[in-house]
Amino acid sequence: MLEIALLFLIVVSGTAGELCVSRAMKSVGEVHDFRPRSILRFVLQSLRLRWMWLGIALMGLGFFSLLTILSFQEVSFVVPVSALSYAAGAFGAKAFLGERINRNRWVGIAVVCIGVTIVWWSRK
Amino acid sequence: MTHTRRLQLKTIPLILFSIILGPLGNVFLGKAMKGAGSVFSGRIPDLAPIVFRALASGYIWLGIACLLGFFVVHMLLLTWADYSYVQPATSLSYLSISVLSYFLLGEIISPLRWLGVTVICLGVFLVGRTSPSTTGAPDRA
Repeated sequence: MLEIALLFLIVVSGTAGELCVSRAMKSVGEVHDFRPRSILRFVLQSLRLRWMWLGIALMGLGFFSLLTILSFQEVSFVVPVSALSYAAGAFGAKAFLGERINRNRWVGIAVVCIGVTIVWWSRK
Repeated sequence: MTHTRRLQLKTIPLILFSIILGPLGNVFLGKAMKGAGSVFSGRIPDLAPIVFRALASGYIWLGIACLLGFFVVHMLLLTWADYSYVQPATSLSYLSISVLSYFLLGEIISPLRWLGVTVICLGVFLVGRTSPSTTGAPDRA
């Protein structure tokens, strides 16, 4: 049960964090100037956004869940199962960022889910 | 030397580097957490001593350094290479994590797990072959 809760946090919290950061970055706008001073200004600008901090907190929660599960479960099991974030990311991006997910991408995501199911069966 | 050839010469080594560096980071994190002593009981207060012991281990910092290095290499790649080129290529990292876990952590990877990991690589490869942007430019996939 604890294992499933931690995997859920790694996938959902990590992906939700990335979506929040992505939303923050989109509102800051595209980067055209790669000089260090411009990048620093860009980073400071993004740190003023609530979405950015929410994203960092959620990604942090995902990272500590990963550390916790790695204390008792195999790396070669946890990392492939965390590929479920492709599915979580697609649903999240569709609902939260308004991205359109085409059929080919859904097929790829379904194949990832089949792979994760097979890895899950190999659980010790 | 053509422009495409020059781009390949810097892109392919960096992709190989990221395929090794990201999984290596996770392997080091795994090594640090396994070395941190008792298995987590499920109670949150019991987690603190494990985390503190792990933070005292060099492996966790090595792992974090590898993951940061991976992030920088990934960002660098994306400054000139297409996301739709980089993402399918890095799907191989799911295979490399299995190889590294076997050699560095001594994990036994069953044929079933190899099959699952291969299917995941295929799925990620398929996701990467779709258009990287669906909100702005017209859908090309």
